[in-house]
Amino acid sequence: METKKTSLYQLHQDCNAKFVEFAGYQMPIQYSEGIVEEHKFTRNHSGIFDVSHMGQLFIYGGEDLIKDLEKIFPLDLKNLKLNHSKYSFLMDKDAGIHDDLIITKTKEGFLIILNAACKDNDFKILKEFLKDKYKMVLDENRSLIAIQGPKSSEILNDVINGVKDLNFMSGNWFTFENQKVYITRSGYTGEDGFEISIVNDFVDQLTRELINKGSKLIGLGARDTLRLEAGLCLYGHDLDKDKTPVEANLKWAISKERISKGDFIGSDIIIKQLNDGVSKIRVGIKPEGRIIAREKTKIFNQSDVHIGEITSGTFGPSVNGPVAMGYVENEFSKKNTKVFLEVRGKKHPASICSLPFYKKSYVKGVN
Amino acid sequence: MSEVKYSKEHEWIKLDGDVATIGITKHATEMLGDIVFAELPEKGSSVEKDGTAGVVESTKAASDVYTPVSGEVVDTNQAIVDDPSKINQDPEDSAWFFKLKIKDPSEMDTLMNKDDYDKFAKETSA
Repeated sequence: METKKTSLYQLHQDCNAKFVEFAGYQMPIQYSEGIVEEHKFTRNHSGIFDVSHMGQLFIYGGEDLIKDLEKIFPLDLKNLKLNHSKYSFLMDKDAGIHDDLIITKTKEGFLIILNAACKDNDFKILKEFLKDKYKMVLDENRSLIAIQGPKSSEILNDVINGVKDLNFMSGNWFTFENQKVYITRSGYTGEDGFEISIVNDFVDQLTRELINKGSKLIGLGARDTLRLEAGLCLYGHDLDKDKTPVEANLKWAISKERISKGDFIGSDIIIKQLNDGVSKIRVGIKPEGRIIAREKTKIFNQSDVHIGEITSGTFGPSVNGPVAMGYVENEFSKKNTKVFLEVRGKKHPASICSLPFYKKSYVKGVN
Repeated sequence: MSEVKYSKEHEWIKLDGDVATIGITKHATEMLGDIVFAELPEKGSSVEKDGTAGVVESTKAASDVYTPVSGEVVDTNQAIVDDPSKINQDPEDSAWFFKLKIKDPSEMDTLMNKDDYDKFAKETSA
């Protein structure tokens, strides 16, 4: 199958991007300045990410749709305010995670942002469940960009007036060159920022205007180091079908109202795990020194017993040291527990730590 | 001092008497991206031609560093362990990796000169 290109492909080339294939798309892994500089620029200034490979699923409907989606997602969608977003997951009946996603309530229905590698399968699962009751569009005509970092609000507001008044995890329709754009105040870097859904034909112009205002394109390489420092999960690594949201330490994303009633896909297992606990759980792991423990690195306890595995690990440019997360047996998940990581045949000391590694305050309420 | 030679694994080597200084090439650092970790062989240890003699890691991945000739490690560059970004800044000079007391000078003959290496690097990265 030929790899797809996003509508920003030409701009990536103009900015000397190095490309990699990711989920069937040619995506920029980095530009000429490199991952560390791109990472720091996002933390200190403003970075633009092309995330057009991600799925933008629009489902149109009203009260019935809310009821049906509540049978799928562990969310209180009925009481979710208009234009507000929630982080959630698509699970199977065993509560295994098929995808993690952001769902936003719009006037017309819901907008769900899905991972690129999962979107087609997600669509199939949702279609099977919802049948033909609602119009469902996995929109290939729209691009998605994220602008992240402390200067992003000012920069984006200069181009699209009014966005600075959005609250964290909420959105609205705006206009750019007479085109309707849907903007949410959200992101996946641990920084204040926005995600912008815009028709393909205008994304190049918008991105170039944002660059002219001082933002820079940032590749997937820095996106990975940023999200890991922020303690955020990457599907296919930290999350998959063999892990549940409770094991992934994401129970904060499950609505308490829904737990009491159950009746969503995977609810039996979720409720059982919330009551009885889990045998493995996702934790932050801080290696001592500079050794980098990458995905699949084995974790041992102080008695040299294998107790888990790293699911993401890299060098964190803002932390200026190695950072990792992984799953360990529950009894070893307490903060400051000493563990050992097997890297190239040698065991290196590390400790369990709380997430995120890097913390900044999001804009919660500007209104 | 002899001319600088290069290996197919993208190391450079400079011989001074019977002591060789070894590092990785600028081309290698450009392929790796930002280097954030370096591990060097132990002083006093023996390394064999084409064997592993260290590790460098970028934000993306880990890569082995090989020694282009055999010998005993007589010195290592702690400065690049403390600040691996030095390797990106000055790979073919101050950011050397280790020094070897070489075992067999004829091993140097198996390596490339600068012109041949530049050609090799261009061809393999295309």
